Amino acid sequence: MDLRFDVVVIGGGHAGAEAAAAAARCGARTLLLTHRLDALGEMSCNPAIGGVGKGHLVREVDALDGLMGRAADAAGIHFKLLNRSKGPAVRGPRAQADRGLYRRAIRALLEETLGLTLRAGVAEGLERGVDGGIDAVLTGDGARIACGAVVVTAGTFLRGEIHLGPERQPAGRHGDPASLGLALSLAALGLPVRRLKTGTPPRLDGRTIDWAAVEPQPGDDPAEPLSWMTERITGPQVSCGITATTPETHAIIRANLGRAPVHSGQIQGPGPRYCPSIEDKVVRFAERERHQIFLEPEGLDDPTVYPNGISTSLPRDVQDAVIASIPGLSRARILRHGYAIEYDHLDPRALRPGLEVREVPRLFLAGQVNGTTGYEEAAAQGLLAGINAAHRAGGGREPRVLLRTEAYAGVLVDDLVTQGVTEPYRMLTARAEHRLRLRADNAGLRLTERGIAWGCVGPERAARHRAFARAVEDALARARAELATPAALALAGIPVNQDGIPRSLLEVMALPAAAGPALEAAFPWLRDLPRGVREQLETEALYAPYLSRQAAEFAALEREERLPIPEDVDFASIAGLSTEMRQRLASARPATLGSAGRVPGITPAALVALAGHLRRAHSAARAGAA
Amino acid sequence: MDTIFALATAPGRAAIAVLRLSGPGSREMLAGLCGRLPTPRQASLRRLRDAKGAVLDEALVLWLPGPASYTGEDSAELHLHGGAAVVEGVGAALVALGARPAEAGEFTRRAVLNGRMDLTAAEGVIDLIEAETATQRRQALRLAGGGLAALSASWSDRLADLLARQEALIEFEDEGLPGALEREVAAGIEALAGEMAARLAGDVGGERVREGLSIAILGPPNAGKSSLLNALVGREAAIVSARAGTTRDVVEVRMVLAGLPVVLADTAGLREAADEVEAEGVRRALGRGEEADLVLALLPCDAPPDPATLALLARRPCLVVASKADFGGAGSGGMPAGGLAVSARTGAGMDELRRALEAEVARLAPGAGETLLARPRHRAAIRDALGWLAEASKAPLPELRADALREALRALGRLTGRVGAEEILDRVFAEFCIGK
Repeated sequence: MDLRFDVVVIGGGHAGAEAAAAAARCGARTLLLTHRLDALGEMSCNPAIGGVGKGHLVREVDALDGLMGRAADAAGIHFKLLNRSKGPAVRGPRAQADRGLYRRAIRALLEETLGLTLRAGVAEGLERGVDGGIDAVLTGDGARIACGAVVVTAGTFLRGEIHLGPERQPAGRHGDPASLGLALSLAALGLPVRRLKTGTPPRLDGRTIDWAAVEPQPGDDPAEPLSWMTERITGPQVSCGITATTPETHAIIRANLGRAPVHSGQIQGPGPRYCPSIEDKVVRFAERERHQIFLEPEGLDDPTVYPNGISTSLPRDVQDAVIASIPGLSRARILRHGYAIEYDHLDPRALRPGLEVREVPRLFLAGQVNGTTGYEEAAAQGLLAGINAAHRAGGGREPRVLLRTEAYAGVLVDDLVTQGVTEPYRMLTARAEHRLRLRADNAGLRLTERGIAWGCVGPERAARHRAFARAVEDALARARAELATPAALALAGIPVNQDGIPRSLLEVMALPAAAGPALEAAFPWLRDLPRGVREQLETEALYAPYLSRQAAEFAALEREERLPIPEDVDFASIAGLSTEMRQRLASARPATLGSAGRVPGITPAALVALAGHLRRAHSAARAGAA
Repeated sequence: MDTIFALATAPGRAAIAVLRLSGPGSREMLAGLCGRLPTPRQASLRRLRDAKGAVLDEALVLWLPGPASYTGEDSAELHLHGGAAVVEGVGAALVALGARPAEAGEFTRRAVLNGRMDLTAAEGVIDLIEAETATQRRQALRLAGGGLAALSASWSDRLADLLARQEALIEFEDEGLPGALEREVAAGIEALAGEMAARLAGDVGGERVREGLSIAILGPPNAGKSSLLNALVGREAAIVSARAGTTRDVVEVRMVLAGLPVVLADTAGLREAADEVEAEGVRRALGRGEEADLVLALLPCDAPPDPATLALLARRPCLVVASKADFGGAGSGGMPAGGLAVSARTGAGMDELRRALEAEVARLAPGAGETLLARPRHRAAIRDALGWLAEASKAPLPELRADALREALRALGRLTGRVGAEEILDRVFAEFCIGK
């Protein structure tokens, strides 16, 4: 059987689903190849999407017309806007989803995507062409699928190994086989491979939990949707519960530490520090007497409960004892024990900023295989990899990238391809230098126009976005232009210094004393603004004084981010760079001068030398062209 | 684009110090300093004044309009008299006009970016930048424990901790963080800002650089004080005679020790005076001994220690010198331990004395050993950081406080090197139990 597609996506997790849908939206004839179609959109760990930093990524995926936000809204059973008491820049929308509903939502979105074919099968190998790039994917059932580009989203399936106490078994996700053929094929490409570890808690039968003994945690009402396209959440909502470990729990864990694979030396790969196993927490924070546990229902019709906070790979009998020692869980039945999983990831520094492998043209990697953790991080990479794969298959050469100054997705990819990872990489707002600009609430204003240019945004969103963006722009222009004198403001009940200097509405809105009714009295047209537009105005006003003070630095950074370092630059030939600097740059291969500045250990002097070289090369190229 | 300035000549005492100015504001700032712009590229003598009209210096001024300048921008060179106070004064006037001290290598960076320098030339200059940074690092190490550099490194460390806590509050609100965290951060900001402000206000080392450390040579009559002074400065500054009581007033000589200006004072010998004039001389000598940053106490080897000089040792920071070592008899009863035996006549022990003096001078003026180029840069960075800390204190939202702390850290980073996001996160995860 011989088939041909523009783009083949291997893997149907969060990266794979977004990659396939994005490539197809961009007009590429796309095939999604995955072990099992019924596992499309599987949430293999915590059934929650979003959060601080992660919610920002979901909104960015959504702004480029991706699937994750819409699917989460359709499947969400508990919504919460994190950091509600803080400013809009760090508020993170989060939803807990019904696992089954989420799978169904993703499946439905994929099936309705034009130009996308879904196929169950195992990728056994990658066929390389004369230029060393990928020409075709070979499947387990003997098919050869020719393609213009391939996106591999192998998750933890590469040499995955599950640890549960002394038990070890090769596997990807629970119950799924590890991808040995694909792993061998990727190994044959000679890409740099490293090992990481992550873990998951035991799953409980919600019918055996004493819900009266735990603190209820209801969701927000009204719920804040994850997708900008969702008007409101209509699905039924449930409450979560909060309990905590006890000194008895900790004593049980301490007595059995020697049987934990992480501590017995059975597991070598480093795990994430922000998601430590309960045995790690007990060891590292010995002084704490309790660790919080969130009991998160996995579905409306599914009794499974995810006890968030006690990821573990202790032996089964110890897990049983640990659960029984926790208030509310004394009679809880474990449906499936927790485990740790070790897996291979590819060093993402081998990638170009478009997520294409530098040494293997037309091969794109996205998601956990690049050393990240989290559905949202995977989705954002998948989306960008899909866009770039489609672009590449269509003959495009320059990668389609988002800058750090533009998007969390840009921060994510830049961190990966220039810094690499030392632990599973999770998005945090602290990673973004320009946090006040990169908000969950303005993802569309930041990115949708770009998505339209790239071809990955459908007409419905494009039309709605443009109307909204125009309304915001008009309102902002008016708020900057409209002035009120201190006397007029005082009359309206807004106290300001009576210095005779008129203030713009935008300035007045930044004042803590400028409450809604008083503002509306002074500027009646505010009443007629749609809620979303008004919110953008208020947020811009809130941050404007701070943003303007950082404007010069922001502009300088953006210039450096836009000064590209050619792929074929030979760092050894740049005079003025020490051997150490040459080695550091050659191994990180930063794509821009800005990225070069973030390579660990690079000195300002080395940057000057590099900038000089780039400037010279650039003007030589211009002179040559003229 | 900012307008920047820096000392182009080696810091320290010299006949001439060349200050370079570059950037779009150069024309106006130069006019602000010297009134009328000189003809381009022609050395002209001008009187430099600050905003209040006070004369700063009479200097040779070069106006170098871009693009035909070192950086490719409008530039100027000021050939100042090489005193520390002059350079500082002109620097302060430039800051008042809106310029800022250049970062290390910034002139060259601009030159390269503006295509004014080809690669070979840039390479040479970059070597120089590296050398300069290495020197600064050595100096910072030498001054560890008291130097501004070491101090700013510790500030930077504390600031990174505060930022880590603030970031934890933002990233992990539902992870059971300690309840007092927010208050701790606020208190930490106050404490740090207070220390930085106090340090800026009372920059004692800086004062000493401007005015010079004072060292008084004291001892009994005919101990060889004037001979020692002459031997130290290498010329006949004080009248030397074998007769006791020759120096009746204080003789001052300026010299450079450890790169710092020093005023060395020769005084009348301490004894019961025979006449009014000599008595006044002794009174002044003692007064000098009380005011000096350091006393060189001279006890001749050929006589028993003098009680008046010994009494001074107990009160003031002293370096004890056993003079006339060539006469032998060192170690005569009562000579304080640790005295350096020297002979101004034969030169024996003079090198050791000079080294001991230099060590004392470096100890007395912490931070002052850093280059003059670095010092205004340090102050500007600390002032910047302090401004952001004030911003952090009154920030109405947690993310604005974090942002202000980041900026403060960035400002200090100009002294101590960049502190990246990853390092902040390391601190978060080391301190708090994060992860549900």
